[in-house]
Amino acid sequence: MTIPFNNPDRPNSYIGKTVPRPNATKLVQGRGRYVDDIVLPRMLHVAFSRSPLAHAKIGTIDLDEAKAVKGVVRIFTGADLAEVCTPWVAVLAHLKGLKSPPEHPLAVDRVCWVGEPVVAVVANTRAAAEEAASLVVVDYEELPAVTDTMTALDKDTPIIHPEMGDNLAFRRLHEEGDVDAAFTTAHKVVSASFRTARHTGVTLEPRSILVDWNPAEGQMTAYHATQAPHMMQTVFAKHLDIPESRVRVICGDVGGSYGIKVHVYPDEVATAAIAKVMGRPIKFIADRLESFSTDIHARDHEIKAKIAVDADGKILAIDVDDWTGIGPYSVYPRTSAIEGNQVVNLCCGPYDFANYRAQTTVVFQNKTPTCQYRAVGHPIAVAITEGLVDMAAAAIGMDPVEIRRRNMYPDDAYPVTSPAKMMFEGLSHHASMDKLIEMMDYDALRADQAEARKQGKYRGIGIASFIELTNPSPFMYGIGGARISAQDGCTVRMDPDGSVVALSGVTEQGQGTEAMLSQVVAEGVGVLPSQVRVITGDTQVTPYGGGTWASRGAGIGGEAALQAARALRGSILEVAAAMLQADAGHLDIRDGQIVDAETGEDRMPLEELGRIVYFRGDTLPKDLPRELVQTRHFITMEYPFAFTNGVQASYLEVDTDTGVVTLLKHWCVEDCGRVINPQLVDEQIRVGIVQGLGGALYEEIHYDEDGQLLNGSMADYLVPMAAEMPDMVVGHVETPTKESELGAKGAGEAGTAGAPAAVMNAINDALRPLGAQVTEMPFTPERILRALGKLQD
Amino acid sequence: MTDLFRDKVDVSMMVNGEPVEARVPAGQHMIDFLRLELGLTGAHASCEHGVCGACTIRVDGDAVRGCLMLAAQADGAEVWTVEGLTDTSAISDLQDAFVERNALQCGFCTPGMLVAAAELLSRGGVLSRAEIREHLSGNYCRCTGYEAIIDAVESVAKGRAGKGTA
Repeated sequence: MTIPFNNPDRPNSYIGKTVPRPNATKLVQGRGRYVDDIVLPRMLHVAFSRSPLAHAKIGTIDLDEAKAVKGVVRIFTGADLAEVCTPWVAVLAHLKGLKSPPEHPLAVDRVCWVGEPVVAVVANTRAAAEEAASLVVVDYEELPAVTDTMTALDKDTPIIHPEMGDNLAFRRLHEEGDVDAAFTTAHKVVSASFRTARHTGVTLEPRSILVDWNPAEGQMTAYHATQAPHMMQTVFAKHLDIPESRVRVICGDVGGSYGIKVHVYPDEVATAAIAKVMGRPIKFIADRLESFSTDIHARDHEIKAKIAVDADGKILAIDVDDWTGIGPYSVYPRTSAIEGNQVVNLCCGPYDFANYRAQTTVVFQNKTPTCQYRAVGHPIAVAITEGLVDMAAAAIGMDPVEIRRRNMYPDDAYPVTSPAKMMFEGLSHHASMDKLIEMMDYDALRADQAEARKQGKYRGIGIASFIELTNPSPFMYGIGGARISAQDGCTVRMDPDGSVVALSGVTEQGQGTEAMLSQVVAEGVGVLPSQVRVITGDTQVTPYGGGTWASRGAGIGGEAALQAARALRGSILEVAAAMLQADAGHLDIRDGQIVDAETGEDRMPLEELGRIVYFRGDTLPKDLPRELVQTRHFITMEYPFAFTNGVQASYLEVDTDTGVVTLLKHWCVEDCGRVINPQLVDEQIRVGIVQGLGGALYEEIHYDEDGQLLNGSMADYLVPMAAEMPDMVVGHVETPTKESELGAKGAGEAGTAGAPAAVMNAINDALRPLGAQVTEMPFTPERILRALGKLQD
Repeated sequence: MTDLFRDKVDVSMMVNGEPVEARVPAGQHMIDFLRLELGLTGAHASCEHGVCGACTIRVDGDAVRGCLMLAAQADGAEVWTVEGLTDTSAISDLQDAFVERNALQCGFCTPGMLVAAAELLSRGGVLSRAEIREHLSGNYCRCTGYEAIIDAVESVAKGRAGKGTA
């Protein structure tokens, strides 16, 4: 049912073209309106006294000094807020066995990680609130902290939540075929350990929320930097005992999300609870230390894995044992078991083989909670898979491109179901690999590598194929009982001046959602993109929807917009046909004009139709429908997820004296189905790659054995900077999903999914002549020197 | 600390071409003064310890971290933020290039990035990509991967150099 948008000369041909973002100009002029820019009458600020210990009992709380600070209005403890806010438990029914204790907005009896909010201080300035929070004296009785993932289930490790019975949050074993037999008889078996570091999103705009409670109307309004306004509406309503219809969440400009801003945070719920108690607007803007210690972390995984291949390089079996520590609570409402679950689902995704076993073990620990961050689970699964495949290729003396070509699903094999039981509608691994090899000129690069090696330079080429999960159905969260919409909607209306307004349930975080919607609607109705005003991020205004996560904006939100736009086009043409006494089938809308479909001759501008419908409806036939507003919703039904695929390559040089890696160039070919806006898709790929490069080379949250966060500042936690990043070449293969008219799948995670594996394989390609190998991210100079045996203490 | 915040300092400065007189808390950062007292919300507070560059403003001709400077230190200074640089069209070619190349996504780093890039461009001449990357290495962007920003600044440098010789 996918519409071909291939003819570039068709009328209103905006889908598939680079169209400027309608909201970019205001942002370069500093006219964005982020939550911290909003000031409301009688607004107060809240700051939090947070736990300095990883695990402790809360004793007496002395607020005298804090109360004495000028400007302090009121102070709340965990017990205070427990009276007005019910706790939450982050489990999902389809993640069998997942457990997590109730969590409150402020810790009540016990703190379980460094940074957990304990006391909330409300004052008339942020400075006063912070000062008073620093004067709150809590008598903590320190408890033993659990910080090591691999020993969390040992008998002599303390149990963080005794009522849970043990420190196991979730475990899932998936087994397909006869794995043990395959390993026993295989030509070659290669084993390896991998580690991905705990890292975090570092959004430049910290988490931000401003909540107003109007008791006269019984209405809560939350201005919130969030990816999922409707989900937050439900959460505030449920836990603060407000009818859902009386909670409005407004999401204006958001300064970066990457998955960080799609979760329920205790301090944000506390802010809403305090606003309700005080009947005044309360603002909370996290500072940078709060960001590092309380934004969700991700990817703290330790993995043992092995691969079996035959003499021809065919993969016979893969066995993965994945462990992750998620902090003391599963994060509400998406849960913290998804990342490990994704590792099981996504490992070995590109490859056609029979025997697969993977287990994920998810344990509690006394560190910041982890949850979904850009490309959830993908970078881990791709690093394991592509690392193993490269090691197997080296073990049997095969080129890394060749071994992949021998194992990837043929492009004409689809639909197929993988050994992990993932259903693939249509992928293009071989076409993507062919394009990549051509773009990077693989043979020339190998020649350059050989030439460099003669000069004593260690350069490496790394390849990483991958699959990416996008366009999730209710199988992601809904079937587990979470009120997280997989459906999304769009209302498109024509106003009297002939302009079009599109209200969408998906949100803008800077990735270009509004540009994408404007061009889809422009093409669907037949107007210029500049004639389309897009409104997102207001639960009182837009259709109910899931928001922006799991690369669903274009595939789900875009499809709803296209269907609504085409419905509006039909309504407009019905009125036009009556006005022009013509057959609607012979009319078209182009560039905001009703035209003769065959000749393209102008018949009437849309504003004339608007004038008649809105002001002289008396001149139209009595029974003529004149609904110039249409709403459509879209949900995927045939596949649980729309998988995409791609392949990346990294070319880099390792300084074997210093251990420093210099990235020379990076390539990515990916297939997100219909490309709606080439520039925006390319930029999604590029930034995704850079976030992946950060995980590969720099980003690592450090804790000591007592659970103290050691690098909670931007000076100590390294992220990619302009000087170290390579130029990136991006190419596309387009295999539209047949589930929608638009045919779009997601593109937001592809870059992050593949980049760390590509870099790891490139480093190991460079170091192979020296007999060294790294598999623990990030690949810091120290780790590389240790692998080379140059650092041994 | 309390006493520190109670201390007030009288300052007088030019902000975006307009005279400003104020009595500021001695401990107030310049970025907070601009945002909270003057309503100039273009520059942003992000790391608040001089690393990320989101608060970069122009003070007496230099690109300066608004979070590492006290408002009291700006007494007598000439201060420009993205709002003033927009009103005077001083960086309109750079802003246009950012929009055309999509050298921004969420826009939070952009005002600071523009001030830093404008400082480099003001030195004139054709810039290598490595020079641009090096100069902007004090400004974080988590959304673009930097390449589009480098492209935009490079195109403006070329455009300005072309005009100069024409």
